[in-house]
Amino acid sequence: MSSHVPADLKYAKSHEWLRLEGDHATVGITDHAQHELTDVVFVELPAVGRKIKAGEACAVVESVKTASDIYSPVTGEVIEANQAVVTNPALANSDPYGTGWFFKVKLANAAEAAGLLSPAQYSAQIG
Amino acid sequence: MLKRTPLFAVHQKLGARLVEFGGWEMPVQYSSIMDEHLAVRRAAGLFDISHMGEVRVSGPAALGFLNRTLTNDLRKLAPCHGQYTLMCNERGGVIDDLYAYRLAQDDFLLIINASRIEPDTAWLRRQFQAANPGNGDRFENVSDALGAVALQGPRAVEFIDECFPAITAGPTGVKRASELKKNQIGIFTFAGHSVYVARTGYTGEDGFEIIAATEIIAAIWERLMSAGHAHCLQPAGLGARDTLRTEACFPLYGHELDEETTLIEAGLGFFVALDKGEFIGRTVLADQKANGVAKKCVAFKMTEKSAPPRPGYPIWSSGSAAAPIGKVVSGTQSPTLGIGIGLGYVIPEFAKPDTMIGIEIRGRRSSAVVVQKPFYRKAN
Repeated sequence: MSSHVPADLKYAKSHEWLRLEGDHATVGITDHAQHELTDVVFVELPAVGRKIKAGEACAVVESVKTASDIYSPVTGEVIEANQAVVTNPALANSDPYGTGWFFKVKLANAAEAAGLLSPAQYSAQIG
Repeated sequence: MLKRTPLFAVHQKLGARLVEFGGWEMPVQYSSIMDEHLAVRRAAGLFDISHMGEVRVSGPAALGFLNRTLTNDLRKLAPCHGQYTLMCNERGGVIDDLYAYRLAQDDFLLIINASRIEPDTAWLRRQFQAANPGNGDRFENVSDALGAVALQGPRAVEFIDECFPAITAGPTGVKRASELKKNQIGIFTFAGHSVYVARTGYTGEDGFEIIAATEIIAAIWERLMSAGHAHCLQPAGLGARDTLRTEACFPLYGHELDEETTLIEAGLGFFVALDKGEFIGRTVLADQKANGVAKKCVAFKMTEKSAPPRPGYPIWSSGSAAAPIGKVVSGTQSPTLGIGIGLGYVIPEFAKPDTMIGIEIRGRRSSAVVVQKPFYRKAN
């Protein structure tokens, strides 16, 4: 089953996506990740105002079977957390790039996102 | 190198996600745990349980040896009946939990956990030798020769007879697999082989477990899948097997049971026959039954929105206490109830239903309540 990898996003090796909008970005988990996790039953997000570093575990996704850490793809400050996905964790499965987004972050260094994977590189990784 | 069951190629073809379990490479899920769990509750699911071990014991010494080694009373079984039982060490700690079938007067089949085949057979062999077996007595680990599948769910009974039409031996009066009562076992002919069909399972639903030679397991799987197609049968993996058994509060070795925990502590006193005479572990078990235990296995459910409880999470009292009162041993999001549920060991004063407790999840406590077991019971 091939996963959807939108062309307008950047990706982390640990299966998060990042949508750049000026000096801030939206973060969520990829279609491949939600497919691997299956049936997301609980999402725990970082508090607004929390400073996070690239590669830092800052959210948790729980499926029926197990808990998985979600890592921030970039360094910055959390400016918004998606309460809709907290209330209805299944959005992470049904709409991972849309209403199932996790949090928004104000980037400490806008150039950092350039070091993330391109859609082609991420597609190759999940082959 | 992980071991593979005779159904490995079937799982691959079905696109199963494979994981290590007890030294075996097993399917954890095909579609999703939630989907497979609900299929078993509403219709039917088919599980590969070929990793489980089988031991055959026969001869005049068999009954005496087994009744001294297992906790339940095999004398209560008529031929073609089985019982849930346990095997304890001298401390009353559990070596394994198992099913014992009496195939004939002096002929027994034991179904043991995959991860326990080696310690179990070593222990059983030692007890067998201690029973001074004669020429007519046999003890055989037949785990490699036999495989098994579990057909579980309310609709299993609708098509089991199509798959196993020819009974050769069974409980008195039973002509078809669908007529087997709970815990009964019959012998059927399939592709020229003898096959055991038992009305047992590990899901809390009605269903059958089919035990047969490894070379015909794949043919049995295909036969059941094609007969079950019109009855909404789905393949189901170990993930759903675990959530189903957790809702039914059936213990899983390595979680609720281990060699340092007694079956009285585990709440399985019903399966120990203290009145049958001497057996291994009896002294400790009788003492605990009379005088109480230091920890008890309880079922609890979360009473607020939280992450699902998981094995290892500390359990706290609802008041202020310096130390936890216990530990979670099984936990998941219940697909049937839609809430977090779990099993854990607590000190006895917190074991009564309706006792409020706290589960520590990643450093934060969420409230939960002790409930009567099980979480789920099928409608009769």
